[in-house]
Amino acid sequence: MNVTSTETKGWSREQMAELAARDIPDGSYVNLGIGIPELVAKFVPEGREFIYHTENGLLGMGPAPEPGQEDPELINAGKKAVTAVPGASYFHHGDSFTMIRGGHIDVCVLGAMQISQSGDLANWSTGAPDAIPAVGGAMDLVAGVKTILVISQHTTKTGAAKLVADCNYPLTGKNVVTRVYTDLAIIDITPDGFRLLKLAPGVTFEEVCEKTDAPLLPLIKD
Amino acid sequence: MIDKRFDTVRSTVADIPDGAVVMVGGFGEAGSPIELIHALIDQGAKDLTIINNNTGNGEVGLAALIGNGQVRKMICSYPRSSHSKVFPELYRAGRIELEIVPQGTLAERIRAGGAGIPAFYTATTVDTPLAEGKEIRTIDGRDYVLEYGLKADFALIKCEQADRLGNLTYNKTARNFNPIMCTAATTTVVQARSLVEVGTLNPEHVITPNVFVDRIIEVTDPLIESRLIAEGITYP
Repeated sequence: MNVTSTETKGWSREQMAELAARDIPDGSYVNLGIGIPELVAKFVPEGREFIYHTENGLLGMGPAPEPGQEDPELINAGKKAVTAVPGASYFHHGDSFTMIRGGHIDVCVLGAMQISQSGDLANWSTGAPDAIPAVGGAMDLVAGVKTILVISQHTTKTGAAKLVADCNYPLTGKNVVTRVYTDLAIIDITPDGFRLLKLAPGVTFEEVCEKTDAPLLPLIKD
Repeated sequence: MIDKRFDTVRSTVADIPDGAVVMVGGFGEAGSPIELIHALIDQGAKDLTIINNNTGNGEVGLAALIGNGQVRKMICSYPRSSHSKVFPELYRAGRIELEIVPQGTLAERIRAGGAGIPAFYTATTVDTPLAEGKEIRTIDGRDYVLEYGLKADFALIKCEQADRLGNLTYNKTARNFNPIMCTAATTTVVQARSLVEVGTLNPEHVITPNVFVDRIIEVTDPLIESRLIAEGITYP
């Protein structure tokens, strides 16, 4: 039994965020969803500059302030205290969603409840009868941002597949996701369905297939 | 002489009637006109329709207005937060209506309402449950949903600086929905952190031109919602 390999199997939240950050081109205007996607900002590759948009009215969002420096009137879409970088601008919600819905934001990184093989995304509601629906800006982001990347655990806490043939949760948007970064693999959404792009350390293709509720095309070797 | 200044917070909201549609600025606590909301609680108008991105936090501000039984319907994008319990309880008990609107569609409906545009098409919500029952139009090969502009009887707004004419500036991300709501209400009521002389604000830096503003009250040291909640304070 090799203990080390068990411990290093799969990717951590930080590693998933770092892999996504590497795929974002220099000069991109980026909107990060709440949760793991927020970690992407910590892993901007050397030599690249991203400008972060937060839909509550700030372009040029910086990291969280030092403790004690929080300003209740300077927050992000998750309502957490943030900072503004030099060159930042503030604007109202009409302008903010003009940026999103008008196709001016290049990349959005979101979390997911389910992703289908045709790129449908469900990330706002389980559809449970007693659930209080809360959509925020998610539907605007998937409708308007050019590239939608998803970071998510490969399965739910109870082991159910999140990558599925068809979503049974209410959709956020249809045919919107480009690429998914999970703890087990990076998977592209192609016209032919899910295709493996990269396996996490210690993870096999068969294991990813087993935990994916739709056909998975193998890596294209060049 | 034009002078939109009022002497008391109470008098700025005294004529809001039962059944009014009221836009309330703010995104969470940032830009929330908490003194105006508390004055509306004191005033007691009922059966209100409130348009805000959220449903308030703790038991102060917007959450207190809802908790006081004055709101018949909420139009919002995100009625949940870690400190939001008043709305969820009333909603589950079937005692308040909810119209859920994506945040960008909410902003655009308000902007359109203020601009005299009765309706518009948007790609947001296409192929989702929120588009059910709505008109779909295919334009240049892509599907769009018809959404209607939103107007209100009153807007309650928080700003940073105001002059007696109603020119306004805002502070950081407390701007959010406030400027577009100023344009979409019959009567726009503003609480300003400071009142300045006409001519003080650089015309290049005015965010809300005074034509959109009707009433101004100076509140120099507004309550901070998160601080009230941390201290366990409730209103009234």
